[in-house]
Amino acid sequence: MKLLIKNGTIITRDRTEVNRDILIEDNKISRIGEGISDAADQIIDAKGLAVLPGLVDAHCHLRDPGYEYKEDIKSGSISAAKGGFTSIACMPNTNPVIDNESIVRTIMEKASHEAVVNVYPIGAITKGLEGNELAEMGSMKAAGIVAVSDDGKPVMQASVMKKALIYAGGFGLTVISHCEDLNIAEGGSMNEGETSTRLGVHGIPSAAEDVMVSREIILSEYTGMPVHIAHVSTKGAVEMIRQAKKRGVLVTAETCPHYFTLTEKACEGYNTNAKMNPPLRTQEDVDAVIQGLKDGTIDIIATDHAPHHFDEKNVEFEMALNGIVGFETALPLALTYLVRPGILNLNQLIDKMSTKPSEILKIDKGDIRAEADADLVLVNLDEEYTIDTNDFLSKSKNSPFGGFKVTGRVKYTLVGGKIVYQDR
Amino acid sequence: MKLRSKDILGLEYLEPDEMNLILDMASDMKKIVQSNMKRVNYLQGRSVMTLFYENSTRTRVSFELAAKYMGANAVNISVSSSSVAKGENLIDTGRTLDVMGTDIVVMRHCQPGAPHLLAKNIRASVINAGDGMHEHPTQALLDMYTIREAKGGFEGLKVAIIGDIMHSRVARSNIIGLGKMGAKVYIYAPATLMPIGIEKMGCHICSSLQEAVEGADVVMGLRIQKERLKKALIPSTEEYARFFGLDLRHLAGSKKDALVMHPGPVNRGVEMTSLLIDSDQSRITEQVTNGVAIRMALLYLLAGREEN
Repeated sequence: MKLLIKNGTIITRDRTEVNRDILIEDNKISRIGEGISDAADQIIDAKGLAVLPGLVDAHCHLRDPGYEYKEDIKSGSISAAKGGFTSIACMPNTNPVIDNESIVRTIMEKASHEAVVNVYPIGAITKGLEGNELAEMGSMKAAGIVAVSDDGKPVMQASVMKKALIYAGGFGLTVISHCEDLNIAEGGSMNEGETSTRLGVHGIPSAAEDVMVSREIILSEYTGMPVHIAHVSTKGAVEMIRQAKKRGVLVTAETCPHYFTLTEKACEGYNTNAKMNPPLRTQEDVDAVIQGLKDGTIDIIATDHAPHHFDEKNVEFEMALNGIVGFETALPLALTYLVRPGILNLNQLIDKMSTKPSEILKIDKGDIRAEADADLVLVNLDEEYTIDTNDFLSKSKNSPFGGFKVTGRVKYTLVGGKIVYQDR
Repeated sequence: MKLRSKDILGLEYLEPDEMNLILDMASDMKKIVQSNMKRVNYLQGRSVMTLFYENSTRTRVSFELAAKYMGANAVNISVSSSSVAKGENLIDTGRTLDVMGTDIVVMRHCQPGAPHLLAKNIRASVINAGDGMHEHPTQALLDMYTIREAKGGFEGLKVAIIGDIMHSRVARSNIIGLGKMGAKVYIYAPATLMPIGIEKMGCHICSSLQEAVEGADVVMGLRIQKERLKKALIPSTEEYARFFGLDLRHLAGSKKDALVMHPGPVNRGVEMTSLLIDSDQSRITEQVTNGVAIRMALLYLLAGREEN
């Protein structure tokens, strides 16, 4: 099986090449060049399209097993493919929790049959996400996990986190930390500030995130082990990570599209589709996150794709579950809000959405070169459209971005040389 | 004129002319409350449901009497907070009441925004009788009525509100309502009970009790709840009383004819001393009477919205 992509503009972290052809044989890229005239089984005309390495999401929730009414491996992977993602790392807060080898194998097995993109499980840091005993990280790594995290819950005991960093580091696994001091958050539902005060909603102080980020930095520095800070949303966290990196601490960080596009004001009218954890913050925080992306403090953009059923969001604000879907809006939002205004160029965006996440997860993805897996996404960078949540292929539609005008539409997504999504 | 919305969700959504309409109407209603013939047929054939997800005696009875004085069918539903925990769906409950022919649902709920959710999903009018820390519009309207009755208006008045501002829906509604009508609201609280950004709602944060009551036309206390101690927000009610409790001596700094108000129930000796509560300047019992009048006015105006 040969597939030829003609006349595309290849954009990777390190280079931009116009008018290039890519020949794919079986699941690998076999040749890249100009005017490749080999006979192929299928030809894609990529004239006017950008050809990017498939996007890599280091943080999503596939809800499978346990919550298949929200999403499952198949629907989640189809949604990811539509968003241009070819590799996705799913968090372990499923039911049962991904905290042992057999669950990891079950998910890998199911994904191998049903997923249209590469699925990489992330194992739990602690058994049952309970924050007490370490999960069997070594065995889970043997089965295929790419990192460990108790995402959705912080590891509240500093002693447990310290040992987790050391133990995971021994297996070459990065710990991804959901930074939230629950004692400071006190069960709040949105950012503590002017808007929460007016709406009468219990607030989550930005200090809840900052305190935990500072703890993780200190523990990483002390142990010499890497830590990855999930979904950075505050100015304080950005600044602490920036300083830590200057000292050489092995800290990496991610943010999500909603933290560089929206503020707490999106919660007005008790909009539960603007409720997530960490919560949307203030314009000052948004500006700091954008600056962090620009100067490299924030390494990657992840989706934190968190599907929930309509009924779980159509309730009182404080009772609504946290999270929004993100696969199908991440790339257009990043193109519209980061690349268009000149905050990042396309190469830098590819780094943050494909190359660098691959490095953090230690998977061999994120580049377009001969012999690499043919995981590619073809994008019309100029196509403008309005986001309609009804168009989402995810089982869930919980997004605050319905009605947003964006630029940049995924036309084809290829995983291992196979077209898994095509815009029609 | 008529009210613009089918619901009373908060003073944030009412214009000054609507508030004046309600206050004017309440004057007429108060005469009925104070008469020996507390029965008019303004709401004959109408159904008013009080749906309380939080315990309340005063507000619920006030609404119930308001409905009954005007001849409405009034039914009370108390839903224990445990059934909320069990996952009973508010929208489903509301729709059930709706199709039974309810015209007005009066709801109190521990969740901010709960009345908004209900209002969006049912045909009946919804009156917010208190939603979490958000708003308590009928309380603020009765407070405003009480103030207007004594002072003749609001323009330029200084209203001091002292107490647990953070958790108080009464404070929020009064800040919004009095602000819209031209009064200046000064607030004072233990620093742990002063919510971030409250000044953006158009009030002035005071740094002492003295500053708050100085030259005030109205001095309003708020109820402090014992559970604030457990959450480490204040050390004791004794210390609260010492630094934040109102006493007769505080009135020395305020206007001579300043009104003393409190939404009740009062913790005597904590938020206010008995001498103050029972003083000539106190309007605390008058507030309760005015509450019935305000609720009658609201029920009447909402029920009459669709009629010519």
